[in-house]
Amino acid sequence: MNLVEYKKKKIICTNCPLGCKINLVYADADEVEIIEAQGNRCKRGLEFAKQEITDPLRVVVTSVRVEDGEIPMASVRSDKPVPLRLMEEIMGVIRQTKVSAPVKRGDIIIENVLNTGANIISTRTVNKK
Amino acid sequence: MRYETDVVVIGAGGGGMAAALSAYKSGADVILIEREEEAGGVLNQCIHNGFGLHYYKKDLTGPEFKETLQEELEKTNVRVLKGTFVLDVSRDKRITFVNSDGIHEIKTKALVMTTGARERHFNSLGIPGDRVSGIFTAGVAQKYINLQNLKPANSALIVGSGDIGLIMARRLHLEGIEVKGVVEILPYPGGLERNVQQCLRDYDIPLYLSHSVTRVEGKNRLSKVYVSQLDGTGNIIPNSEKVFEVDALITSVGLIPSVKPVEFVKTGPGFITSNTNQTTEDWIFAAGNCTVIFDLVDYVAREGEKAGKYAALYAKDEYISQEKITIKKGKNINIIHPSYIDPNQATKLYIRVSRVFQKAEITIEPLGIKIIEEEARPSEMVEIQIKPFKDNLCKEIEVSAHELG
Repeated sequence: MNLVEYKKKKIICTNCPLGCKINLVYADADEVEIIEAQGNRCKRGLEFAKQEITDPLRVVVTSVRVEDGEIPMASVRSDKPVPLRLMEEIMGVIRQTKVSAPVKRGDIIIENVLNTGANIISTRTVNKK
Repeated sequence: MRYETDVVVIGAGGGGMAAALSAYKSGADVILIEREEEAGGVLNQCIHNGFGLHYYKKDLTGPEFKETLQEELEKTNVRVLKGTFVLDVSRDKRITFVNSDGIHEIKTKALVMTTGARERHFNSLGIPGDRVSGIFTAGVAQKYINLQNLKPANSALIVGSGDIGLIMARRLHLEGIEVKGVVEILPYPGGLERNVQQCLRDYDIPLYLSHSVTRVEGKNRLSKVYVSQLDGTGNIIPNSEKVFEVDALITSVGLIPSVKPVEFVKTGPGFITSNTNQTTEDWIFAAGNCTVIFDLVDYVAREGEKAGKYAALYAKDEYISQEKITIKKGKNINIIHPSYIDPNQATKLYIRVSRVFQKAEITIEPLGIKIIEEEARPSEMVEIQIKPFKDNLCKEIEVSAHELG
């Protein structure tokens, strides 16, 4: 039987501005298992920590070009977190995208971006010029 | 035209919109003045998320936070004057403003200042070298990229690790601008820990702590930035110089509360206020970054809400200034807000410690309040609630911090 090595990692939870520092002890075998966690002030921190050591997720925030708008850009976000490893690729897709005014907050700009299950949605209103 | 109202609010950012709303809900007639063509202040360009977790219990971006407040405001009969600049606030409660309709005056009963803050500029740092283009404050770079579709640089170095600096490091990187590092003069980052993670570590952007920019060089446009490491006493370590070849230097070196044009109220440097947001001029209230610099718009909106409420009560003669207890900065406290408290009202105390603590005990005497904060640091505000209390002998409260264990 192979002994599973315990690893230690300090994780900063980015769920909210409190930014809890979570000290983790975890087993990194076929499956990642958290042995001990200290410092998270809520249970979302624990889920975050597990995700963070397997496949970190982040919300994409950027802006997209708008034609005929009162301003040339509309800010956008992903409606749920997407894998950090896909960030640059998703940015590339958004950079190629152009929409026409008017844009309303919550409008879907790109559906199911790169098959992540997340939509890129507008976070502001841009009226027609 | 002459206007008359109960409460005037100057500045329609997060704090001002919340103030106007709450003054209205407290029964006041309200005029909200904004110098830009659009309300929202800095929220418009802060397109990242992390706003609203306290105030709305939701993770919002800046524009979403703003539009949520604005939609509530649109349901009221608060008069919002955009593209309007206040020229003068006089002691006899008259406010003079100018906009495309000309110069006008408002006679008011109370005023709420929610004028926010301005960015400290590179030129105030006294760094020698060429005075070239390519040096931007983080907020200006943010406005160019997020609102105007302009690319301010091909490669950049960021000086100052405050939150805007960290956010901009990520923003520039994701827009294809090479970010060669973030330089911080202090031995710890200036911004929130979560931003160090999700803006720098996520993208392997180096953070140079205890480093300082010593010189900038270029012909018309910036080409080189010289950086040296500092020792524990703030002196340059010889032969530690690094040269960064960049065409932009983005500065995030602090915010300065903006108190103009009110000149007869005590400031230091922001408006000095009580727990009811009252300044030393009892009809003028102030909230948000024009008092002290807050970590979160959530705090700013909550302060604005409180200022609006007390201003409305004051206008109706339902809140009269009481004798105030002074709050004193004790040991290891850098910032304390508010400066006075009216003990009949509840208090939210905001504190910044002056150094990093493993485990800090913050004490409020003589009230006997003790709070333990793990890893307290100057960049993260500590918030403490104090209930209304009665103590005729208490004239001064002292807040201090010390290391435990």
